[in-house]
Parts: sequence; structure tokens; C-alpha cells
Amino acid sequence: MDCKFKSEDEESKRKNILQMITRFFLSILFIACSYASFAQSLGDNMRGNGKIYVVVAVLVTIFIGIIFYLIRLDRKITKLEKETKINH
Amino acid sequence: MNVPQREVIQESIRNLYFHVCMWFSMMILFTVSVVNAVKYLRNNDLKYDNLSRQYAVVGIVFGILGYSTGMIWASFTWADPNNPATASFASIAKDPKLIGAAIALLIYFAYLVLRDSIEDLDKKARISSVYNIFAFALLFPSIWIIPRILESLHPGGQGNPALNPQDIDARMRMVFYPAVIGWTLLGVWIVSLKVRMKNLKEKTFYR
Repeated sequence: MDCKFKSEDEESKRKNILQMITRFFLSILFIACSYASFAQSLGDNMRGNGKIYVVVAVLVTIFIGIIFYLIRLDRKITKLEKETKINH
Repeated sequence: MNVPQREVIQESIRNLYFHVCMWFSMMILFTVSVVNAVKYLRNNDLKYDNLSRQYAVVGIVFGILGYSTGMIWASFTWADPNNPATASFASIAKDPKLIGAAIALLIYFAYLVLRDSIEDLDKKARISSVYNIFAFALLFPSIWIIPRILESLHPGGQGNPALNPQDIDARMRMVFYPAVIGWTLLGVWIVSLKVRMKNLKEKTFYR
């Protein structure tokens, strides 16, 4: 009984953390979108300012790609942790 | 830091530290993957098969990132909005270097499909190790040889892309080589995470 209560508590904690992470990334995405539109109106297009915004776009692509890959890995590890908990 | 001024790419020459590093890391990771595949075939130890698989997966991730960053870069340098023949990325995507890289990546996708479609552990490891060697061998014609023979918009027709002194100089090399090492180490770190996870999974499965 006590054990079950504890695991439920942990479960809700984990859900809270996941929600926090999701919100964090959503807000980053929102900021990035607004910044992109701002930059577009500022530097009229990607070809302006010596094409430096192309480098920004490339960096953002790599960052998002690696972060999404790591989040997927994190999810798999969480699943594994849950499975090990059931076994013991 | 100052960079050499080039006509078409201008300041976007700094993409060298990202786009080109992705391909360098991919090549290094695939090389380690095939070395581990050979090691598996020599020793029949599933540890090497696991390493080989994870190195290949992270190599593929870096390859996809290299491809998509190349797409963005090409869309704003090769593509010319004033010329209807090369107005968009779609019109320049028939470049031999892009097709070669796409074929190389597709061969490695097939590696994963083949691997995960076999249930038996030893058979899976043996067949996928052999396929890994073939896939690595096919990298050479598709991304090293054919793009150098055919005419292409991508630099490197006259020698090595990105390492040519006409493209970059000593100032960029000073950043570029450490960047290659850094990106590769990032890949190796992700591989080590995946390998440890797989080991843990097997331990819990067989208990």
C-alpha cells in the first residue's frame, strides 16, 4: 500500500517534469518562430546581410535535430526504467 | 573571426563548421561501425554487433542532418530566383552529389530495416554485419567517386570539397578541424548512451 502510494507520487512528479519540459520547448519554438518572422522583416530575406541567416537556419536545424533525437532516447530510457520497476 | 570572402556563398561560408562537419562525423562513425562489424564476424561476440549497430544509427542521424542543412544552404546559394532554370531547391536537386548522398543514406536505412526484420539474434548479427560491410563499400562509389567524376554545382569537382585552398584558408582550418573532432565526439557520446541502454535492456530481459 505504502509502496504503491509512493510510486503514484513519483508518477505524478515525472508527469509534472515532462509537462515542464514540453512547455519549455514549446515556448522556445514560439520564440524561435516569432524571431524568425522578425528577422525576415528586419533583414528582408535570407539572401540579405551577406547570407548570414543561412548559417542561423543551419544551426537551428542541427540543434533541433539533435535535441529531438535525445528526447526520443530519453523516452526509451524512461520506458526501460518503468519495466525494470515492474520486474522487481 | 574573419573569413575569406567568396562570391556566391558570402558569409554563409561559416556553414563549413556545421554542414561539412556533419558529413565528416558521419564518415568516421560509419567507419567505426564497419570495423565493429568485422570484429563481430571474427570473434562472434554480440558486444561488437551492438556497437556496430549503434554507430551506424548515429551516423545515419548525422547524415540526415548533413543532408537537410545542405538543402537549406543550397536553396540560398545555388538557387537563383532570377533564373527560372534554377529557381528553387527542387530544380537543383538533380545534382549528382545530392543523389549519391541520398543513395548512400538509403542503403544504410535498408541496413536498419534488414536488421530489425530478423528475430534470431545470431542470424541477425551475422547477416547485418555482412550487409554493413557491403553498405560501407557502396559509400565509396556513391559519395566519393561518382560526384568527383560528374560535373556538379557542389564544390569538390577538382579535389576534396571544403579542403581546397581555393575554398578555405588557415583561419578557417583552425576552427574546422576542432569542430570535426567535437561533432564526432558528440556522436560517440550518443552512441555510448545507446550502447549502455541496450546492455541494460538485455540484462533485464534475460533475468
